Amino acid sequence: MLRYTVRRVLMMVPLLFLVSLGVFALVLMIPGDPAITIAGENATEAQIDATRERLGLNDPVLVQYAAWAGNALTGDLGSSLFSNESVTGAIAGRFPVTLALTLAAMLIALLIAVPAGVVAALRRGRWQDRGATLFASVGISLPNFWVGILLIMAFALAFPIFPAVGYTPISEGVGAWARGLVLPGITLGTAVAAEITRQLRGSLTDTLQQDFIRTARANGLSGRAVVLKHGMKNAAVPVVTVIGFQVGFLLGGSVIVERVFGLPGLGDLAIRAVLQRDIPMIQGIVVVAALIVMLVNLVVDLSYGWLNPKVRQA
Amino acid sequence: MTATALDRREALAPPEPSARARFVRRFRRQKLALAALVYLVLVVLAAALAPLLATHDPLAQNLGSVLQQPGGGHILGTDDLGRDVFSRALYAGRVSLVAAAQAVGVAVVLGVIPGLIAGYAGRKVDAVIMRLTDALMSFPPLILAIAFVGVLGPSLTNAMFVIGVIFAPRFVRLVRGTVLSIREETFVEASRSIGTPTPRVILRHVLPNALSPLIVQISLTAAMAMLAEASLSFLGLGVQPPDASWGSMIERGFRYTATAPWLTVFPGLLIALTVLAFNILGDGLRDSLGREIRRGS
Amino acid sequence: MTEPLLVVEGLEVEFATDRGWVQVLDGVSFTVDRGETVGLVGESGSGKTVTSLTVLGLLPPESARITAGSIRLDGRELVGLPRRKMEALRGDELSMIFQEPMTSLDPAFRVGDQIAEVVRRHRGGSKRAAWARAVEVLSTVGIPHAERRARSYPHEFSGGMRQRVMIAMALSCEPKLVIADEPTTALDVTIQAQVLDLLRAMRDEFGTAVVFVTHDLGVVADICDRAVVMYAGQVVERAGVDALYEHPRHPYTEALLSAMPQLTARSGRLATIPGSTPPAGAMPAGCRFHPRCGHVVDACRDTAVAEHPLAEGGTSRCLRVSELALKGSA
Ligand SMILES: Nc1ncnc2c1ncn2[C@@H]1O[C@H](COP(=O)(O)OP(=O)(O)OP(=O)(O)O)[C@@H](O)[C@H]1O
Ligand SMILES: [Mg+2]
Repeated sequence: MLRYTVRRVLMMVPLLFLVSLGVFALVLMIPGDPAITIAGENATEAQIDATRERLGLNDPVLVQYAAWAGNALTGDLGSSLFSNESVTGAIAGRFPVTLALTLAAMLIALLIAVPAGVVAALRRGRWQDRGATLFASVGISLPNFWVGILLIMAFALAFPIFPAVGYTPISEGVGAWARGLVLPGITLGTAVAAEITRQLRGSLTDTLQQDFIRTARANGLSGRAVVLKHGMKNAAVPVVTVIGFQVGFLLGGSVIVERVFGLPGLGDLAIRAVLQRDIPMIQGIVVVAALIVMLVNLVVDLSYGWLNPKVRQA
Repeated sequence: MTATALDRREALAPPEPSARARFVRRFRRQKLALAALVYLVLVVLAAALAPLLATHDPLAQNLGSVLQQPGGGHILGTDDLGRDVFSRALYAGRVSLVAAAQAVGVAVVLGVIPGLIAGYAGRKVDAVIMRLTDALMSFPPLILAIAFVGVLGPSLTNAMFVIGVIFAPRFVRLVRGTVLSIREETFVEASRSIGTPTPRVILRHVLPNALSPLIVQISLTAAMAMLAEASLSFLGLGVQPPDASWGSMIERGFRYTATAPWLTVFPGLLIALTVLAFNILGDGLRDSLGREIRRGS
Repeated sequence: MTEPLLVVEGLEVEFATDRGWVQVLDGVSFTVDRGETVGLVGESGSGKTVTSLTVLGLLPPESARITAGSIRLDGRELVGLPRRKMEALRGDELSMIFQEPMTSLDPAFRVGDQIAEVVRRHRGGSKRAAWARAVEVLSTVGIPHAERRARSYPHEFSGGMRQRVMIAMALSCEPKLVIADEPTTALDVTIQAQVLDLLRAMRDEFGTAVVFVTHDLGVVADICDRAVVMYAGQVVERAGVDALYEHPRHPYTEALLSAMPQLTARSGRLATIPGSTPPAGAMPAGCRFHPRCGHVVDACRDTAVAEHPLAEGGTSRCLRVSELALKGSA
C-alpha cells in the first residue's frame, strides 16, 4: 500500500508540470501586447514600460516561466494587478466559502443519490427505477443557475424559508451558516446527484448479478447485508471515480452558484478577476483549482486500494 | 493485378449494411429518443425560421410596455426594455444552437485528428497525446473556460472555441480506441498487407466503424456545450449584448426575479428541454448500437 | 420410520421469458438421506442448477416461481417459507457450493472475514470466535497456514484453493445438507481429484449429506451412493449407483453411459449423445427423450410418460421399462 501511494504521488509530478506550463502559457495567449492589456487601455507609454519591467516581460519566456514556477512552488502566486493584494492571500480568504458550498453540495448529492441509486438497482424496471433514471437524465440537463433562480423564487420569495442571497460565516452561528447553504447546496448538488445516481444504479445492478452475491445469499446473509456490504463495496469503485470527477464540476459550478446567491467565494473572485483581466489572479485560481482536482483524484485512486485489494499490489 | 488479389479486395467490404439496419430498427423502438429527436428538429426549425415565426422585432424596445406579463399582445411577456420575450427567445435559440454546433465542431476536429494519430503512430506519440489529454481533463472545465475567456476577452466565439477544446479529449479517446480495435481486426490487416495506403484504411474502415459512437458522443457533447454556453453567457463571458442567447436572457432576467419571473423561467425551460433532448437522444442512440460497436465509446 | 433428510416432491418451476412463463422443472421428485451422497446428473440445460437453487430458495423472485410441489428438509416445508426463516436456514442447515470458484467469492473482503461473517450470522458470538472458527475450517479443508491465509483476499488464491475456501464457507456451520453444483468442472483434472477427495473426506467427517450435481457419470460412480438422472426438466431415472451402471433402466441413462469415455478419465465435458436437449418451452409431446431415443416406438411419441416405480427400488420414466434390456457400462 505504501509503495502504491508513493508511486501514485510521484505520478502527479509530470502532470503538475504540464498544468503549470499551461497556466503560465495563459499570459502568452493574451492577444497583442500583454503589457498594454495589463496596464490598461489608457496607460501612458511609461506606465506600459513599467508594467513590462515589473512583470519581467522583457526576459526570455523560459526565464519568465522559471521565475513564475519557482515562486509558485513557494506558495507565492504573485499579486493582483488591481488591488496589489497577494493572490495566495485572496484565494485563502475566499476558500472557506467555496469549500463549505462544495461540501454542502456533495453532501446533498449523496443524500439523494445513494438511496435513489440503491432503490433503482433493487427495483430494476419498476417505477422506482424509472423515476430514478428520469431524475438522472433531467438532473444533468438543468442549467444550475436556473435551478438556483427557481429555488430562490420558491423558497426565498414565495415561501421565505431560506435566505435568497448572502453568506453567513460559521463564526456567526452554525445554524445561520447552514441555512444559508441549503439552497446553494441543492443548486450545485442536483447535477452531481443525478450523475452519481446514474453510476450507482448501473454498477450496483452489475454487482448484484455477480456470483459472489449468490454465494453470500446461499450462506444465509440477509438481503440488506448483501446489498449494503458486499454490493456497495464492490459497486463503489466506478461510483467513487464519478464522485472524484464531480469535484471538478463542483468547482466550476460554484462560480455560477456563487454568482446567483451572492456568495463571496473563489468563483466570485474568479469572475471579478476575469472581468478585470487580472491575469495573476486568474492564473492563481486555475492553479489552485487544478491542484484541488489532482489531490481529489489522488484520494480517489488511493481509495481504490481499499475498495479493491487487487489494486494494492499492482 | 491478379484475380486472387481482386477477390481479396472484394472480401474487404466495409461493415455489412445489416448492422446499420439493426441499428435503425433498435433505435425506432426507443420511443423517448424518437420524441427527443422530433423535439430537436422542431427547435432547429423554429430557430431557422425565426424571422417568419417572430411576432415582434426582437431588438425593438418599447419603454411604454416593459415587464409585461405573458398573454395579451406578447405570448411570453416583455423584458425590462419592453422587448418581446417570445421573439427574442426564437432568435436567441439560433445563437444558442449555432454556438453549441461551433463548440462540437471544434471538439470533433481537434479530437478526431489527434485520435487517429494516437491510434496509428507509435507508442511514444500515443503516450504524449494521451498525457496531454489527461492534463487537459484534469482542469475543472468551467474554470478553464472562464480563464481562457478571461485572457482572450469575452466573446461568444472565444467561449465556444474554448469549450470545443475542453471537450476534444473525449473524441480523442473515442477515435483512438476505435483505431486500436480496428487495427487488430483481420480485414484491416488484410487491407494493409496488400498495400492499401493508410488514409484509405481510415476512410474505408476506421471512420465507418467510429461513426456510430461518434454520433452518440456528438449528441452528448452538444448537450454539454449548450449548458456551457448558457453558463458562460449567464456569467457575461459569452454572447455580448445586444445579441442574446437563452443563457444571457436569463442573466438579464435574473435582476427581475421577484417581479418578472417569466424572464428567467421560459428561457431556462428551453435550455433544459433542449439539453435533455440531446442527452436522451445520445443515450437512445448508444442503446441502439450493437454490443460490437458500443465498446468504442 | 422417519422421513429422509430432504424430500423433493412434484416440484414444478416456471421462468418468465419473452414468451411469457415457461415451465423449466416438471414434477421433479427425489430424496436424500442423512449422510448420503446423491448424484444429480444430466446434460446441460436439464435443470440441475434450477433444482438446486429452488431447494435453497435462491430463485430470482421476480423472474421465477414455484407452481407446484413440496421441498421438506428434516420434516420442515421449505416451499412458501417466509424469506427471513429461509435465510436463517441457508448456510446453517443447508448450503451450496458453486461451479465458479474464480467469481464466487467477494473480491473486496478477506476470505477469513467472509467465512466469519457466515459463522456470526448463524452462530452469533464474538468476532474473535467467528474468526477462530473461520481459521479452523480453513485448515480443515486443507489450506496450509490457515492462520495467515485467512487474511488473504480471494485473488491471492488459485482456483482449486478458492474452491476449498468455498467448501470451508459452506461447511463452517456444519449444515446437514450441502448441494455442490459442478464444484470441479472449472478446475484442472488433478485439482478436480483433490477437491473430490476433500468433499468425500468432509462428508465423512461432518456426516453431511451431499447432493452432487454433475455432467459426469464417472464422478458419480466415484463418490455417490445413489443417482438422480435428469433430462429436460424431468427426473428420468433414480437408482442406486451400482444398479444404475450395471442395469440402466432408462434409454437416456444408457446413452449417457455409452457416451462416457472411461470411468477413470474425468475429462470434464460431457461426451456427446446425438441430438440436443429441447429448449424449455418447446418440449416434444410424449416422452421428452423420444426424438433422440434409439428404442423409440409409436406410443412414445404421444403419451406423456409417468415415473414407474421399479421392483428393485428407484424409478424410470420410460414406457418400455419392463421390456427393454439396456446396456450398462460394466
Ligand atoms: N433465469 C432463467 N430464465 C429463464 N430460463 C432459465 C433461467 N435459468 C435457467 N433457465 C432454463 O432452465 C433450464 C435448465 O437450466 P439449468 O441451468 O438448471 O441447467 P443445468 O442442468 O444446470 O445445465 P448446466 O449443466 O449447463 O449447468 C434451461 O433450459 C434454461 O434455459
Ligand atoms: Mg448448471
